[in-house]
Amino acid sequence: MTVEYTHDFEKPIAELEQEIAKLERLAVKSQLNLSAELEKLRDRALQVKREIYGNLTPWQRVQIARDPRRPLLTDYLAGAVEDFLELHGDRTYGDDKAVVTGFGRIGDERVMLVGHKRGKNTAERVKCNFGSPHPEGYRKALLKMQLAEQCRIPVVTIINTAGAYPGIGAEERGQAQAIAKNLFEMSRLRTQILCIVIGEGGSGGALGIGLGDRLAILENAYFSVISPEGCAAILWKDGTKAPQAAQVLKLAPKDLQGLGVVDDIIPEPVGGAHQDPPGAVARVKEYIQKTLRELRALPIGELLKKRYERHRRIGAFLEGEEAKVYFQASMVKAAARAQAKAQKEAGGAAPNAPAPNAASPTESALLVAGAGGVLSAAPPSASAPAPSPSAAAAPPAPAPVAPARSPAPAAAGEGRGEGWSEPPSASATPAPIAATTPDPTAPPAAP
Amino acid sequence: MAWDGLKKFVFRRKRDLPEGLWMRCDDCGALIYKKVVEERNNTCPECNYHFPMTAPERIQLLLDPGSFHELWEDLTPVDPLGFVGVNVYRDRLAETQIQTGLRDAAIVGVGTIQSKPLVFGVTDSRFIMGSMGSVVGEKIARGAELAAQEKLPYVVISGSGGGARMYEGCLSLMQMAKTSAAIARLHDAGGVFVSVLTHPTMAGVMASFAALGHIVIAEPKALIGFTGPRVIEQTIKQELPKGFQRAEFMLDHGFVDLIVARQELRETLARILGYIPGRVASGIHPALSPA
Ligand SMILES: [Zn+2]
Repeated sequence: MTVEYTHDFEKPIAELEQEIAKLERLAVKSQLNLSAELEKLRDRALQVKREIYGNLTPWQRVQIARDPRRPLLTDYLAGAVEDFLELHGDRTYGDDKAVVTGFGRIGDERVMLVGHKRGKNTAERVKCNFGSPHPEGYRKALLKMQLAEQCRIPVVTIINTAGAYPGIGAEERGQAQAIAKNLFEMSRLRTQILCIVIGEGGSGGALGIGLGDRLAILENAYFSVISPEGCAAILWKDGTKAPQAAQVLKLAPKDLQGLGVVDDIIPEPVGGAHQDPPGAVARVKEYIQKTLRELRALPIGELLKKRYERHRRIGAFLEGEEAKVYFQASMVKAAARAQAKAQKEAGGAAPNAPAPNAASPTESALLVAGAGGVLSAAPPSASAPAPSPSAAAAPPAPAPVAPARSPAPAAAGEGRGEGWSEPPSASATPAPIAATTPDPTAPPAAP
Repeated sequence: MAWDGLKKFVFRRKRDLPEGLWMRCDDCGALIYKKVVEERNNTCPECNYHFPMTAPERIQLLLDPGSFHELWEDLTPVDPLGFVGVNVYRDRLAETQIQTGLRDAAIVGVGTIQSKPLVFGVTDSRFIMGSMGSVVGEKIARGAELAAQEKLPYVVISGSGGGARMYEGCLSLMQMAKTSAAIARLHDAGGVFVSVLTHPTMAGVMASFAALGHIVIAEPKALIGFTGPRVIEQTIKQELPKGFQRAEFMLDHGFVDLIVARQELRETLARILGYIPGRVASGIHPALSPA
C-alpha cells in the first residue's frame, strides 16, 4: 500500500519512506543483499512516525481529522457493519443525504446506525452537502433512534461534521429547534446510545447526534464549540491564526477527556487512520462491541440515570467558600490592573504596584483545587462515576434553601431593581468602573 | 453605497452616542427621546424595537415587587481552559463582573407573577453577550430540577447572540446537553416550561433549552435562529430576505407560539400561569404561596 504524506509535519516520514523505496529499487537492480540496511531504515521510519504522531499539536490533529483519505462513515458501514439496511426520510420534509440512518449488525449486535455522511468525491460531497445536515437530517436521525427504542436495539452514532448547515432553508425549517429536540429526546431515549467522533466534531451540528451513554473520540479527531478558524476570526480578526485558536480551545481528545466531555479515546494505527483505514475501522468495531456489552449489562432505568448524571456533571465553576475566595482574588487583581493602568496613563511607573496577574498564595492553592475539581469531575471511562466532592461536580438535586448572605456593600446593589427581596451580596469592593476598558475580543454582536 | 447601508452603519452604534436626552433607535434609526423610550420599557416609540434589558430590570418589570428570591447566586465562573486570547478570560470575567454587578450571565430564583409562584430565570446580555458557559448551564439546569421538585412552572427569559461561550470550550457546548436533559426531566415530571426569547437568541442557547419551551414567546423583532445572519450571508453569498430570523419570521414558520410586546409580557405570563398547575411542595420561600 502506498501512502502519500501531504501534511507539513509528515515531511521527515516522507523523506525516510523515499529513501527506503530508493534502497529497495537498488537492491533489486544490483542484486545486492541490503536487507539489514532496509530493516534499519524501516525501524527508523516507524520510530519517527510514532514520535511525530505521538506529539501532534492540536492544529495538526485538526488537519488529520479533516484529511479526505481518512475512513468515513461509508468505510465503517462497509468494514464493520453487516447487513446494513438504509432507512430514509424524516416523514415531514425530505431526506437529508448528510445524515445516513439504518439497521445493521456489528458482530452479533443488532443496532441502529446514525451518522454524518461526507462523500468520497466531489459529486458525492455535493450530494450530501459536505456532511453538514439540515433540520430534516436531525429529525430523520431522531425518528430512527426512536425506532431503535421501539425495537429495543442500541443506537450507534458516527459523528463527522464541520457543523450544521448555515443556510436560509435550514433556518426556515428550524435548525436550532431540530438540534434542541434531539438533545431533549436523546437524553431520555430508552435504549443504549453510543456516540463516536471519527473526524470533525463541529459544535452543535455534531452534538445534535452526540448525546448518549458514552462519547468516544478517535485519537486524531476533534470536538469543539467553534471551528478554530471561527475562533481565530473572533479573537484576532484573523482566520489564519487557526493554529493558535486550536491550541486555546482545548479541542484535542486528551484535553476533552480531562474536561470530562469525552469518555474514551480510540487509538488509531500508527501514522493516523488515513494510513491504514481497515486498521482504524477494525479498532472502532472492536470498541463498539466491547462498549455495547458493558452498556447492555445495565438495567434501562439505571442507564438513563447515569446518562443524565453524565451530562449533568459537566462544567467547571465554584460555589460557597471557594467561590468567595476566588472571586475576591479576581477583584483584587482587577483593581491592581486598573491601578497600574491609571498610573501608566498618568505617566509614572508604579514601583510598588503588584503585578496585575500575580496570584496570591491562597488563590494559587484554590486554582489548583479548581483544576483538580475539573479533572476529578471526569471519571475514567467504564468505571463507576466517582461522586466528586469538588465544586465542579454539581449536586444532583438542588438544595431548596438559599445560601446565607453576607451584608453587601452599598455599591454592589447598583442596577438591581425593586423586585428583589434582599440586597444581593457581592463581597468584594469593585474596582473603579471607569478604569476598565472595553474588551477588543468581544465577539461581534449579531446584527 | 446606498443610504440604507450607510444608515445601518452610522446608526447601529448606539453606545457611541453621547449621554443626553436623545438617542438613535438601533433598528429604524429614528432620533428618539430617551425618557419616552424608558417609559415604554426600553422600546422605540417609532418602530417598537425592543432594546436590550438587564436581568435585574427584567425581574423588576415582570415579578411582583419584593417577591423574587435569587438562588445559587454565588455560583462563580472559573477559567477551566486557561483561555488566553487577546486577553485572559479570567480578567475579562472580573471586568464584566465589576461592570454588571453579576457573577455570570444568568440569574435564577423563585418568585411570583400576580401572586402565581414560579421558578424564574433570566440572562443578561451585558455579560459576554448573555452566552452560556458552565454557570449559566448549571443555573438553568438547577432551575428546571427545582421546578420539577416543587411542582412549579418554569419561565426563562433568554437573550444570547453568542450561544455557547467560546471561552469555556466544549464545557460550554455540553451545557446544551445538560440544560436540554434537565428540561426533559421537568417535562417527564409533568412540569411546564415557558421560554421567552429576546433579541438576540441564537446558536447554542437557541439549539438547546431556549427552543424547548412548551410555550415559546418572542419579543417583537427579536433575532432568533441557529447560525448568525452574517455567517449565512458569507456562506451562501447572497443577501438574506428582509425580516429573516426575526420573531415574526419565526412565528410564520411555526417555531413561536406568540409574540408579546414587552409592556404586555407580565400580563401575558400571568394569564399563561393561570393555566399551569403550580404549588410549592416544601415552602421554599415565605413569599411563595399558591394562588
Ligand atoms: Zn425604532
